[in-house]
Amino acid sequence: MATSASTETTTETTIDPEQLKRSWLRPHTFLSGLLSGLTWLIALLACVPLFSLLYMLVVKGGSRLSPAVFTELPPAAFEAGGGFGNAIVGTGVMVGIAALLSVPIGILIAVYLSEFGKQTRIARVARFCIKTLTGMPSILAGVFAYAAVVLLTGGYSAPAGGIALSLLMLPTVVLTAEEALRMVPNAMREAAYGMGCTPTQVVLRVVLPTATAGTLTGVMLAVARASGETAPLLFTALFSDYWITQQGGFALMEPTASLAVLIYNYSGMPFDNQVELAWAASLVLVILVMIANAAGRLLSLRQVGMQR
Amino acid sequence: MSDSRSDSRSDSRSESRSDSRSESRSDSTSDDGGAAGAPVAAPVARPPSAMERLSDRGFTGATRILTWGVVALAGYIVWEIGGHALPAIREYGTGFLTGTEWDANRQQFGILAQIWGTVYSSLLALLMAGFVGLTIAIFLTQGFLPRTLETTFRYIVELLAAVPSVVYGLWGIHVVIPLLRPVAEWLHAGFSWIPFFSTTLSGPGMFPAALVLAIMILPTVAAVSQDALTAVPHKMKEAVYGIGATRWEAIVKVIVPAASTSIFGAMVLGLGRALGETMALAMLVGNSNQITLSLFSPANTLAAALALNFPEAGRIETQALMYSAVVLLAITLIVNVIGAAIVARATKRLEA
Amino acid sequence: MKNGIAIDCRLDALYYGDFLAVRDSHVPVESGSITGFIGPSGCGKSSVLRCFNRTNDLIPSFRFSGNVYFQGQDIYHKSIDPVSVRRYIGMVFQQPNPFAMSIFDNVAFGLRINKYKGEVGARVEQALRQAALWDEVKDKLKKSGLSLSGGQQQRLCIARAIATSPAVLLMDEPCSALDPIATRSIEELMLELKTRYTIALVTHNMQQARRVADKTAFMGVDISGGRRTGYLVELGETRQVFEEPREELTREYMRGKFS
Repeated sequence: MATSASTETTTETTIDPEQLKRSWLRPHTFLSGLLSGLTWLIALLACVPLFSLLYMLVVKGGSRLSPAVFTELPPAAFEAGGGFGNAIVGTGVMVGIAALLSVPIGILIAVYLSEFGKQTRIARVARFCIKTLTGMPSILAGVFAYAAVVLLTGGYSAPAGGIALSLLMLPTVVLTAEEALRMVPNAMREAAYGMGCTPTQVVLRVVLPTATAGTLTGVMLAVARASGETAPLLFTALFSDYWITQQGGFALMEPTASLAVLIYNYSGMPFDNQVELAWAASLVLVILVMIANAAGRLLSLRQVGMQR
Repeated sequence: MSDSRSDSRSDSRSESRSDSRSESRSDSTSDDGGAAGAPVAAPVARPPSAMERLSDRGFTGATRILTWGVVALAGYIVWEIGGHALPAIREYGTGFLTGTEWDANRQQFGILAQIWGTVYSSLLALLMAGFVGLTIAIFLTQGFLPRTLETTFRYIVELLAAVPSVVYGLWGIHVVIPLLRPVAEWLHAGFSWIPFFSTTLSGPGMFPAALVLAIMILPTVAAVSQDALTAVPHKMKEAVYGIGATRWEAIVKVIVPAASTSIFGAMVLGLGRALGETMALAMLVGNSNQITLSLFSPANTLAAALALNFPEAGRIETQALMYSAVVLLAITLIVNVIGAAIVARATKRLEA
Repeated sequence: MKNGIAIDCRLDALYYGDFLAVRDSHVPVESGSITGFIGPSGCGKSSVLRCFNRTNDLIPSFRFSGNVYFQGQDIYHKSIDPVSVRRYIGMVFQQPNPFAMSIFDNVAFGLRINKYKGEVGARVEQALRQAALWDEVKDKLKKSGLSLSGGQQQRLCIARAIATSPAVLLMDEPCSALDPIATRSIEELMLELKTRYTIALVTHNMQQARRVADKTAFMGVDISGGRRTGYLVELGETRQVFEEPREELTREYMRGKFS
């Protein structure tokens, strides 16, 4: 791009051609080069944590990965072996509950914000509230669910965890869905209204189908975030050493295991077996989160109006 | 209302048409004057049915009610947490904010140490993440890399944001702390007269926590700073390169200053994230209520204390924890609103 | 030519907010013919057209005084549901605006929202044939409507509009986004369609109005109040309006355009 051809302007009208040549000896060229070098260094340095993390996940977590960790229950303190099958199921169940709550509600709110009530005062207030919710520390979602659900139902449970997670998913779903709906060209809405669609038909038959990819992006990003959350589950779902299916039925209203809380519980344990399991669980969790993230990104490329 | 509408419609001549259209195969020319000679398929238009009108009402109504609902939800969250905190607020008042002791047995609760830890760790993290994040933003927007590599690198930085914080915590315990311990010991041995190094790192502590926190908020800071730098008008860049400035003269003297408000907003948003981050701190900071400048001594933060103490808290301590949750909520809310306002104002000004 | 009146527009005033966009424009649209609307830009010809099926209602600040009679019924009467009106009066817009769905679904759209009980496929084919698009798309009906070229997209939009056999077809500068060849094919299509549909056509292209319109309404702009307000200057047989205009303003405009 821009080269640093230096021109020391003097009062002379004739310029020595040497002056135009690139030279590292000129102070500002030298400084510029030095700063550029430092920038490269810092940028590369910033990658070190990620690669260190990935290395540890693959080496420590990968070595412990076996079919057993997916099917067995967490081991007791001095026990060898074991796995975290119940935690994978628990994470799935709670993220599922959270998605069931937040996705339909979030999409309907996005429809109001972008279609029916764009300029209304309530839409502005709601948008502010949702943006504020985005910045709410995740632990507070847990505190809220503890106060509103655990204290009410009298115990730790999967729905309590799911509700806490849904609070964190909702803003992502609403904001991405709203953005996707806005990308739908207005001409399509006009065409649909012009054919005699009711506002609902315009939304359900034309606008939402056109915005499907972008809306699903938000859902996948929200799922990715919720799957990795620990703080909201600590005192809503707690943890469990057992399967969520007990005696043939779902023990939904019991404490429920999750990958994230398992990693937290085992991270500081003085037993190698548990720490290894924590790494393996981290690897599984990171892979799950990355898949959801990648799916969201791929979908976002297919959104109408996103083609660059 | 919808009934009266369809009644009045049937007065018009469309009535005859609405009858003929139910027979799909009817090949009759439309008799309302539309056709001239050539046969035309029967018109199929009909007014929306009562059912359609009803579902239209229901659907639009539902979206509106849910939008009200989300506002109510935000209020309910504050009300619910605040309600449970109320006994503690009455009991301890503002002394809660200035007390430094947290002792459930003696029912002594103060959160100054936690507030200190929260602010100190966040600022340390912001210092690191801000510097590195801004550098990365410059690196990615000022033509250091070819386009494709820029995208790849950006993706790598964004990957940092996708890693769950509990995994960072695990990594911090098993990688960062062992790595930092010899460094901390050396610094303590040689420079213990500097308050930052007044203690050694025996395990968890402020610096490893802040370092991991910095890595976690780096993507936020880098992304918003990038937006800020790309928003600088191209004309401005042309002007400064045109008078013979080197790349760095352009960056330092023109481009970054032009984007400075947005970059500041990015920092504040990063701070907002750092203040509320829980798990990495709960796992790395050491859960010790003390106010010290030392980088290597254990400390505590509001969010970490909530995570660590809540599960085992009794009734009174739970109320005190709810009180500290209110404080945390207030702090993050204020910081986030300020950050968003700065970014919004800066974008508006650059666009104008 | 039949000579019934399909739409009788008696527009007195049309506002967007405080801005008076169009005043005093009374235009009867005859059945089975093409009525063209021409005039300088900003004269409100599109605004008038958009009153015929109440698409102006989508603009929140829109206000209207006057009446538009569709087969004797005032469609601005408060008992009238605009959604119903739009089902009987089809519209083709300035920019081709197919939905992001298959070609088939685009054309079948109107049939479906009207809960058409008969053979959808047959009507889709018929509509595409009428729109002179069938031969080009019959092998790729499942492809997205957005994959077509601009001219094809516009013909798809026409097919979509006529699939339900609406009483009237409103066309708002349907060729403005198209190249000359596509424009020619759409014009031929209009002449073909006018034997079956009543068409109201807004165009900025005078030649086009001259080529296809039976009647032409010339609208002017009144800039006197500092704001641009459109109004009807002259309405008559196309040949008469172009060649022997009654109004001085029309004559000047024609001369400016054609000399």
